[in-house]
Amino acid sequence: MIDFSDTARRWHDMGGDAAGPVPTDQHDFALWEKRVDALMIIGSAKGYFTVDGLRRVLEDMGEAAFEEMTYYERWIAAVNQNLIEGGAYTTAELAEKMAEVSARGATYGDAAKPT
Amino acid sequence: MTARVCVKSLVPPGHVRTPTYLRGKVGTIERALGAFPNPEDLAYGQPASAKHLLRVRFRMVDIWGAAAENPDDTLDAEIYEHWLEPITQDTGDAP
Amino acid sequence: MPHDHHDHLSPSGHPYRADNDTALSYWQVMEIAVRELLIDKGVTTANDVAAQIDAMDTRSPANGAQVVARAWSDPDFHTALMADASAATRDMGFDIGPLKLIAVENTDTVHNMIVCTLCSCYPRNLLGLPPDWYKSRAYRSRTVREPRSVLAEFGVALPNDMTVSVHDSTADMRYIVIPKRPEGTENLTENELAALVTRDSMIGTGVARSPNAKQPLP
Repeated sequence: MIDFSDTARRWHDMGGDAAGPVPTDQHDFALWEKRVDALMIIGSAKGYFTVDGLRRVLEDMGEAAFEEMTYYERWIAAVNQNLIEGGAYTTAELAEKMAEVSARGATYGDAAKPT
Repeated sequence: MTARVCVKSLVPPGHVRTPTYLRGKVGTIERALGAFPNPEDLAYGQPASAKHLLRVRFRMVDIWGAAAENPDDTLDAEIYEHWLEPITQDTGDAP
Repeated sequence: MPHDHHDHLSPSGHPYRADNDTALSYWQVMEIAVRELLIDKGVTTANDVAAQIDAMDTRSPANGAQVVARAWSDPDFHTALMADASAATRDMGFDIGPLKLIAVENTDTVHNMIVCTLCSCYPRNLLGLPPDWYKSRAYRSRTVREPRSVLAEFGVALPNDMTVSVHDSTADMRYIVIPKRPEGTENLTENELAALVTRDSMIGTGVARSPNAKQPLP
């Protein structure tokens, strides 16, 4: 039988790969990051998606996303995609809301205040 | 006697929870964990069939061969039943 | 800026990152927009979001340390924990939700390490959110193949006659390591014992502190 495991193996399936030293820097979680986590818990508790669906979306985002985006940036992207797939709101609604939020100011503190 | 199993060398695309480094490897069942909805189905919003989940113990030498740091170190992983092939006395080692 | 009790110190005692003053990012805009849409549509409320954050904030390694200290002190609890760690931790009064927990214990001959190679599964409902290194490529890739090399980086040197048992959290279970009880702790109270239990010792990248050591907790 032909061994297709190298072709089929996906970026996230990394057990056993060579890698450098384990990075030791840690950070405490910013408020916006904790909110992402909360939205993940709430979205799955309300039945819009499962944690498996979240993982599937994260995997499908690909290796470049893992390298270039932070953990919670990838999570909000995935939570959002899962919510749209689950019918919580539409892309058009999100677009309008994001424009409204961006217009509030240049910092997270400003933008997180509803007008 | 602890049941020996071989992890199937399947190569599906998509969301699966059997790491490639364990596929084709032989281990023993450490404990049965009960049945859970198949994550491969849940990931795509489909009705999920219940699959039995097993903790399987592997010796590092049986995963990595000569590259193992210490042959007798072990690796335990939770593998769903449809990824496992039982090994009986008659079949001996898996192909 | 509206008053918000989250703005001061996080439960670890460190200040939050100054994200409120830094340039707004696309993903932060998305978080705000998603949250407000869900509230607008009645999926959730601002209070529920805040309550969820508060609930996660109460979950920290200190909870796991109490579980370990009790397992060291109380043989019946130890037995119950090894048989059904979820039930035993719930019986202690911890709200772990649907967490399916397995306790694995370090002995004179076995040292346990936990990893999730496929993503970042972690017993968050007991220990809180995982550290960044646990989610790194290096930890996820190397721990299942060269655990001793990873342990050495964390400053853990094992005697030659010990084996390492690595647990890859591939499915529905989550794991806590019960570190070995340090020498010279026979007369300590449970609270004093808990103070010796580090987060890393419950993941397996550390050991419990000696009562005489003067190191800060990681």
